[in-house]
Amino acid sequence: MTSLPFTPDEMMTIAASRALKNSDVCFVGIGAPSAACNVARLTHAPDITLIYESGTIGTQPDVLPLSIGDGELCETALTTVPVPEMFRYWLQGGRITIGFLGAAQLDKFGNINTTVIGDYAKPKTRLPGGGGAPEIATSSHQVYITMKQSLRSMVEKIDFYTSFGHGDGGDHRRRLGIDSAGPTLLITDLAIWTPHPQTKEFTVQALHPGVSREDVQKNCGWKVSFAAALETTPAPTELELTTLRDLQARTKAAHRRISRKEEAA
Amino acid sequence: MYRIENFCSQYELLERSTVAKFQSLQEAVAENLRDGDRAAFEGFTHLIPTAAVHEAIRQKQKDLTLIRMTPDLVYDQMIGMGLVKKAIFSYAGNPGVGLLRRLRDAVENGWPQPLDIEEHSHAAMANAYEAGAAGLPCAVFRGYRGAELAKVNPNIKFIECPFTGERLAAVPAIRPDVAFIHAQKADRKGNVLVEGIIGIQKEAVLAAKRAVVTVEEVVEDFNGLHPNLTVLPSWTITSIAVVPGGSHPSYTHGYYERDNASYLEWDEIAADRQLFLDWMEANVVKSSPEAFAARVEGLRIAA
Repeated sequence: MTSLPFTPDEMMTIAASRALKNSDVCFVGIGAPSAACNVARLTHAPDITLIYESGTIGTQPDVLPLSIGDGELCETALTTVPVPEMFRYWLQGGRITIGFLGAAQLDKFGNINTTVIGDYAKPKTRLPGGGGAPEIATSSHQVYITMKQSLRSMVEKIDFYTSFGHGDGGDHRRRLGIDSAGPTLLITDLAIWTPHPQTKEFTVQALHPGVSREDVQKNCGWKVSFAAALETTPAPTELELTTLRDLQARTKAAHRRISRKEEAA
Repeated sequence: MYRIENFCSQYELLERSTVAKFQSLQEAVAENLRDGDRAAFEGFTHLIPTAAVHEAIRQKQKDLTLIRMTPDLVYDQMIGMGLVKKAIFSYAGNPGVGLLRRLRDAVENGWPQPLDIEEHSHAAMANAYEAGAAGLPCAVFRGYRGAELAKVNPNIKFIECPFTGERLAAVPAIRPDVAFIHAQKADRKGNVLVEGIIGIQKEAVLAAKRAVVTVEEVVEDFNGLHPNLTVLPSWTITSIAVVPGGSHPSYTHGYYERDNASYLEWDEIAADRQLFLDWMEANVVKSSPEAFAARVEGLRIAA
């Protein structure tokens, strides 16, 4: 894989960006989802509506925000609404087509843990928690997940159900009265996955260029199912790569910038 | 002669004076934050009232129950300095950077003291603040479906819609003893203007019994501004303190930018107990509200 002119991370972000449409209204999580959404906006989906939970609607940041509430998001947004309105009218009101989430721990049914590793009352590692995700996962029309693969992050059983995916699989969402589609797409640094139509178990549909089935299995804690007609993800185009790299370079410069005062000292 | 009977209601809980008092931050914190209080220092990434938090740390109020959607660096600092017995929150991360290491140390190891937590989702907290501002006992929303927090937090319950039968989540309203926010400006009468990412500040102020606002500046009046800007009337606010730069390393829209480098730096400072204590001693305990103006000097937005 070392000979490829792009990294697995870049392939992941670009593959994720391709899944977004111009007409989507996307509730964006920080990190990999945010990069993918903005690459989509800067390439094939210029009119996509990006919404961050700080209340910014239709934002068009020039650099990726470090947090969901960076000033850049507000300054480039069509409008900024209060946080209760964001969750009540826009998310709960059913106006979000795609909820785009990352995960610390994920299982094969798309259930997400971002709360604790270990026992909730006596955690081994206390993670940040759910934030907006528990309701993004159930009120968005569908959910895309993007994350790097590892044995620690993709596990047979997650330690805590922060955000509900397909539960135990099958029609578990329906049985809980959840009428949205839930996770319909998982994009990792190695592959593109979609849930099996009946069991809802994530199935690999395409391997990224240079990735083998063994690579995917080695970095996943459950026994991986592969589609019969396994495809290869098209490699990033020049435009996609340049757009992503420029965006990341601008972002890095902006976030590492120290105040002029410190520079002067 | 007639007299109007006072009627007993929840509104007596409000301890507002008739108009906001302009005070020093030291006085505002001393008069409004008490040991054992339920306190909300709000600001959703933007307008975080850091100067007020630092003043509270200097005054060493104890046994606080802190409420805040995103505890952020400020609650990490208060927890690490031992002011806090309980935290009510929905996202305990250093936004965009990682974990809150002092909060983690308290939860995982009980240092410097054990910390009770009441954990929610953002939607729940936002609804609960709104219910508090609306004078309701609880908030009802479509949430926590399939979410395990509902099993570990006894303050998350479910009710049936009396009209459709839909199962909906309910959480208690948030009614803080005191709310602290930072805002762009006050006018001379003590009305307060907030703009940009306004987060949950209006709800926090209206839900609380007492409200303290730090502002960048005081202007003569708000004439000529857009009629729909968020303005909190003077009579909803207890106390105002002028602290330029008071939300650093967060930012104030129109005044100065977010100091992202400080958020990245905090990850290293908070990783070590002694490093943390030394940093707090130098930058908070031995400092004052006046120090904030210099901290945003290099981040100011050109007029």
